[in-house]
Amino acid sequence: MGSRFSKSSGYAPFLAPGLVLFALVILAPFATNLGISLTKWNGVGKPVWIGLANYARAFGDAVFWASFRNNLILIFAVTIIPTIVGLTLADFLFEYVAPRAGSGAASFFRGGFYLPQVLPVAIAGVVWGWILDPQYGVLDWTLKAVGLGGLARNWLGDAATALPSVMFIMVWFQIGYPLVIFMSALQRIDPEIMEAAEVDGASWRRRFGIVAHLVVPEILVVVLTTTIYALKLFGQIYVLTRGGPGNATIVPSYFAYQNFFEKARVGYGSAISTLMTLIIIALTIAFINVQARQEREMAL
Amino acid sequence: MGRATSRGSRIGLYISLAVLSIVLLLSLLPFGVVALNAFKTPADYAAFGPLSLPRHPTLSIVVDFWKRVDFGTKLWNSFYISACVALFGVALSLLNAYALGIGRVRGRTAFLILFVVANTLPQESLAYPLYYFAKALGIYDRQISIIIIFSVIQSAFGTYLMSSVFSAFPREILEASMVDGCNKGQALVRIVAPVAMPTLLVLFTFFFIWTWNEFFLPLIMLISDARQTVPIAISVTQGQHNMDATAASASALLGMLPCVLFFFAFQRTLTRGVAAGSVK
Repeated sequence: MGSRFSKSSGYAPFLAPGLVLFALVILAPFATNLGISLTKWNGVGKPVWIGLANYARAFGDAVFWASFRNNLILIFAVTIIPTIVGLTLADFLFEYVAPRAGSGAASFFRGGFYLPQVLPVAIAGVVWGWILDPQYGVLDWTLKAVGLGGLARNWLGDAATALPSVMFIMVWFQIGYPLVIFMSALQRIDPEIMEAAEVDGASWRRRFGIVAHLVVPEILVVVLTTTIYALKLFGQIYVLTRGGPGNATIVPSYFAYQNFFEKARVGYGSAISTLMTLIIIALTIAFINVQARQEREMAL
Repeated sequence: MGRATSRGSRIGLYISLAVLSIVLLLSLLPFGVVALNAFKTPADYAAFGPLSLPRHPTLSIVVDFWKRVDFGTKLWNSFYISACVALFGVALSLLNAYALGIGRVRGRTAFLILFVVANTLPQESLAYPLYYFAKALGIYDRQISIIIIFSVIQSAFGTYLMSSVFSAFPREILEASMVDGCNKGQALVRIVAPVAMPTLLVLFTFFFIWTWNEFFLPLIMLISDARQTVPIAISVTQGQHNMDATAASASALLGMLPCVLFFFAFQRTLTRGVAAGSVK
């Protein structure tokens, strides 16, 4: 007879509801979206097959390129700066603050810097929209109160300051995520390694180099997840600037949304979202390769 | 090392703690400023600006805004949708992972890859067909649409996580249950689910909060005022009305408050969960 549990048969029914729903909610819409991207369609009536024309149009569209350029710039605010600051801060809290002021103090700071992360992105946008408001916002009011009224401006409404303002908000919002991940990563480092560095009298910079090397797996995870997150940014842009002024803060996600729901260019919107998907999948594959190579090197 | 607590290094510690505290305070300033001005009258704000303490602290602005957007309904909508998604999402993850992690059904690697890829897909690439299908099925602008969609999206992550947890599940326990005459369904309910309960609760907490914070699809799917969630209602109101400073700050406060409460209630689960998710 044999054990019923040693066989892998008989479990398929448990997968059935999950797979059916997955097919309905993810596979079918994804395939449909891909199909729509090859048509000209305004959302009603019959889509007209136009092959790859939407993709050709995207490559010749200045707004499309602006959205990706803004996205690349936003990666600085979402990925690069928070990763560097987060790692530095985590190392400082772990190596300097925790041993001298207690791990409670380190946890306190970690929790405090993490707090913005718990807000829904749209609410974070509302909070900052209020602070930066040119009529009654705290920032301009304070600048005027201390005699720096010349610096006051419509931060989100001025093409020169809109994107930098969004970037600043994103750094504020994102710092907590790498901080939490790096602090837990440092806890798994063998204390003897750091003690050895201490005995050798390694400089602060050298010690930081050692730490950065030891948490490379977490750095990879943070860089991948936040880069993908940057490519999907929508809520903040919707609430803060609606992609404006002009197209100063347009991002692919918002551009796709505009084409779907405001301009009724559904085929074009589908093509943009398909291109976003391709970039994200390429990034994920590249990341898995780097990670695998990294693991092989560590195993040697 | 023991000698390191000299006076010089202690002063260094105090200075760095002070600097760190100032930076933290600046980072938390938006929370403080919002809270401060939600309790002022517009006249108070106009006279003394955003950084003074309220002269005549009042709840009236918050209460007015609450009534204007019918905030109680919005809270209930968010709670109801998030709780349903967390429940169904966890149930789906459990079923999928039972088949993939413990059952090791044929093609499990391919299925797992499918779930992982689904996890990174941008919602933009699903949004228009979902919107169109929901309209065709008559569930557009109804909360059931968002509940179904997010239960499946969240379960893509949950399946992946629970499958890797279950691949290390002690099989002797299952063998023993079989001797007692359990079938596979009973084994799932009586043995696997209780053993996995701590992880399932963490998953539940995360699904709840993630769904609460969602913006893109709820914005598209729930257009009736009475069906909207907290983040949608607050941000839409922000755009529609020409609000004065204190009302804007009351709205931001009401949007922030539930999430800050979640944070203090589940701080350990959240920070540990975020870290655990980074290294599988």
